[in-house]
Amino acid sequence: MTTLTIDGRQVEALRGSTVLEAARENHIEIPTLCYHEALEPYAGCRLCVVELVTPKGSQLVASCVYAAEDGLVVKTNSGIVQESRRMTVELLLAAAPKAKVIQDLAAEMGIEEPRVSLGDSDCILCGLCVRACKEIVGANAISLVNRGFAKEVKPPFEIGSNACTGCTTCVLVCPTGAIKLEDVLDSRSVHRWESDFEARECKICGDHYLAPEFAPDLKELLGEEEV
Amino acid sequence: MKTIRTPAELEELRGSLAREQDPARRVISLCGGTGCRALGSDSVFEALVERIEAENMGNQVTLRMTGCPGFCEKGPLMVIQPEGIFYHGVKVDEVPEIVTRTLTTGEMIDSLLYVDPSTGEKIAYEREIPFYKKQRPLLLEMNEKIDPTSITDYIALGGYGSLSKVLSQMTAEEVIDEVTEAKLRGRGGAGFPTGLKWRISREAPGDTKYVVCNADEGDPGAFMDRAILEGNPHRVLEGMVIGGYAIGADEGFVYVRAEYPLAAKHLAIAITQAREYGLLGKDILGSGFDFDVQIRLGAGAFVCGEETALMASIEGRTGEPRPRPPYPSQSGLWGKPTNINNVKTWGNVPIIIENGADWYAELGTEGSKGTKIFSVVGKINNTGLVEVPMGTTLRQLIFDVGGGIPNDKEFKAVQIGGPSGGCIPKEHLDTPIDYESLTELGAMMGSGGMVVTDEDTCMVDFARFFMNFVQDESCGKCVPCRLGTRAMLEVLTRITEGKGQEGDMKYLAELGQQIRASSLCGLGQTAPNPVLSTLRYFPDEYEAHIRDKSCPAHVCRPLIQYFIDVETCNGCGRCLRTCPAEAISGAKKERHVIDQDLCIKCGSCQEVCRFDAVIVE
Repeated sequence: MTTLTIDGRQVEALRGSTVLEAARENHIEIPTLCYHEALEPYAGCRLCVVELVTPKGSQLVASCVYAAEDGLVVKTNSGIVQESRRMTVELLLAAAPKAKVIQDLAAEMGIEEPRVSLGDSDCILCGLCVRACKEIVGANAISLVNRGFAKEVKPPFEIGSNACTGCTTCVLVCPTGAIKLEDVLDSRSVHRWESDFEARECKICGDHYLAPEFAPDLKELLGEEEV
Repeated sequence: MKTIRTPAELEELRGSLAREQDPARRVISLCGGTGCRALGSDSVFEALVERIEAENMGNQVTLRMTGCPGFCEKGPLMVIQPEGIFYHGVKVDEVPEIVTRTLTTGEMIDSLLYVDPSTGEKIAYEREIPFYKKQRPLLLEMNEKIDPTSITDYIALGGYGSLSKVLSQMTAEEVIDEVTEAKLRGRGGAGFPTGLKWRISREAPGDTKYVVCNADEGDPGAFMDRAILEGNPHRVLEGMVIGGYAIGADEGFVYVRAEYPLAAKHLAIAITQAREYGLLGKDILGSGFDFDVQIRLGAGAFVCGEETALMASIEGRTGEPRPRPPYPSQSGLWGKPTNINNVKTWGNVPIIIENGADWYAELGTEGSKGTKIFSVVGKINNTGLVEVPMGTTLRQLIFDVGGGIPNDKEFKAVQIGGPSGGCIPKEHLDTPIDYESLTELGAMMGSGGMVVTDEDTCMVDFARFFMNFVQDESCGKCVPCRLGTRAMLEVLTRITEGKGQEGDMKYLAELGQQIRASSLCGLGQTAPNPVLSTLRYFPDEYEAHIRDKSCPAHVCRPLIQYFIDVETCNGCGRCLRTCPAEAISGAKKERHVIDQDLCIKCGSCQEVCRFDAVIVE
């Protein structure tokens, strides 16, 4: 075990864990947007920043990637942490004003209007969909393209990728609801990636499942038979 | 060519190359750096070859296309030895005269000599030109003496001697001690002690280690690394092999941007030659030490100069940074300990080994040793590359070496450290150049880009330029950098358009502080510096834009108007004919008028007016 100090409390954490894991393990809440415990940390949203107190002074670090080492002193909600998160949320609100998750965070922090307008996107580029598709599904059907303000998530060459299996993991993991799934009769569409599939309705539960030719694993599972 | 197998064989080769050289022989060094080539030195070279052949002087004259000697403003540059005659602005049609007069009798051609602008006197010799007099070239010293595509030119001047010394007489620990005692600090800009970095890399567990040379120089207006790789690639390679020996690596990479084709070409030639001579590869100089170097071309992303993004790019992944720790010296390329240094840092290594740590540590200031190369550009007379000892003041650099500001304009500020650096105003001109002093002033040493501004530069517009650059070059991974720099650009843009609001300065300062504190990598953490430093030193200019809707430097077009003065205009019609918007009217010999609705504020009328009748307000 590792012993560190979080918000003045001595806490223990498993060796090899991050500050964020150590905090959550000890019921200390740190907000996150791009973090998911099933995925590799990304350190992109910067909402999970905490103040690292060292003899040389304080600095902000992303708790989702910073290793919880013995003797570390960390503040999760100090003045500089709050100021940083506030600016991050204000910027996200300026870029994605209609995203519910951002609106809620802004309301919590008392941010009414961002001081600039940076567009009207529904995607906050947290990269969860990309990592889920790569690490959980293994399909790599989408990726982050371009850089800076022009960055976005796209399938290769911006056309529906045949690597996409229509599994909808990206839909489930997206915090802003930006990836929309549409199941109508015998078809399934993930519009954002221009992915369209033949999907049948289950005779028992009514849910859609993909036609076996699009999901070979399913074919095996079903033994060529339809439910 | 046979492989050099021992230090003795290297020394033997050096000796025989040196004996072949006749100190009285005429040697023409023509700059073949990118700057001089752009000014036509390629054709001058061809003309020289032809003419020398035609005159049958081939066996009396050595002609060399060299690296950059620094005085880019005056290119194409030519130095003729043994006298050290300096010709500038050499053109093809001057070649016959140079060959028939100077090469035969040493007679100087007046029109090609440099004129000292302060005295009006002609100066014949390179060493007497003020631009060179106050410099202390260490890294750039060999640039004008060798053909960068010839390994023997480098060896003849003692090249690879440091490597030979290291491999035959020093342990890895001793090499690291030497670099540590020289107090060399990283020349990429952050100034981390090089010896300490090497030690951490050496002590990191693992058998496979790498060294990397960061040649992804991307600051606007900076070309120090390019000049070194173009002009003396072997020095960098020698430094890398020594570094590899010291930290225990047998493989190195040079990450050079694809926009530097000549640097990449010369480096590739150098690597091939070094392999042929046995100075790269297996069992170098019989020491049992193996080391080889590969080139990786960057695809044009500024962020790939950030070490973790650079490594991702070498590995074939998207050039995006990752959080540190772990630092590359603990876990770098493919998870192995990797020692990354800048081109200039590697280039300093053979110099330290050759002359010793004590000698090196005598140059410079207490905390910053050695020399520093700057590319000095912008509103300055002597645009080019300069190498001065650390501790030289900004005033000495800009006025004594740089020749001051053109057209009798007044110096306003100097931007040091590129888009990550800051603006330093005239009240701090006597600041010595060292890592700490510059950081204290809100700038940073950076890699060596230096942009000089004068009274005609609008500091808000200037800050906006750099912010536009960084927001475009941000990789977009983290929110503060992706959106924060964009927000700063939006605010700066509205200020320069006369739409600034009360509170904008405070908002810029807040954004700047948060982006600096919260961003993932060095790009974001330093991106606000140009804005924060101009806010600090030029608040009046921001206020004038926001409150009075005026641009004191008359740069921001939405805030200025051009008028023709009633008294001064004599109706010559020059402006009327020049105006691309046909906004000027007036009968001949009568006062002309600018129609403000049609005027596009290009300033052409002011440029062409011979009577200073066009006024900006």
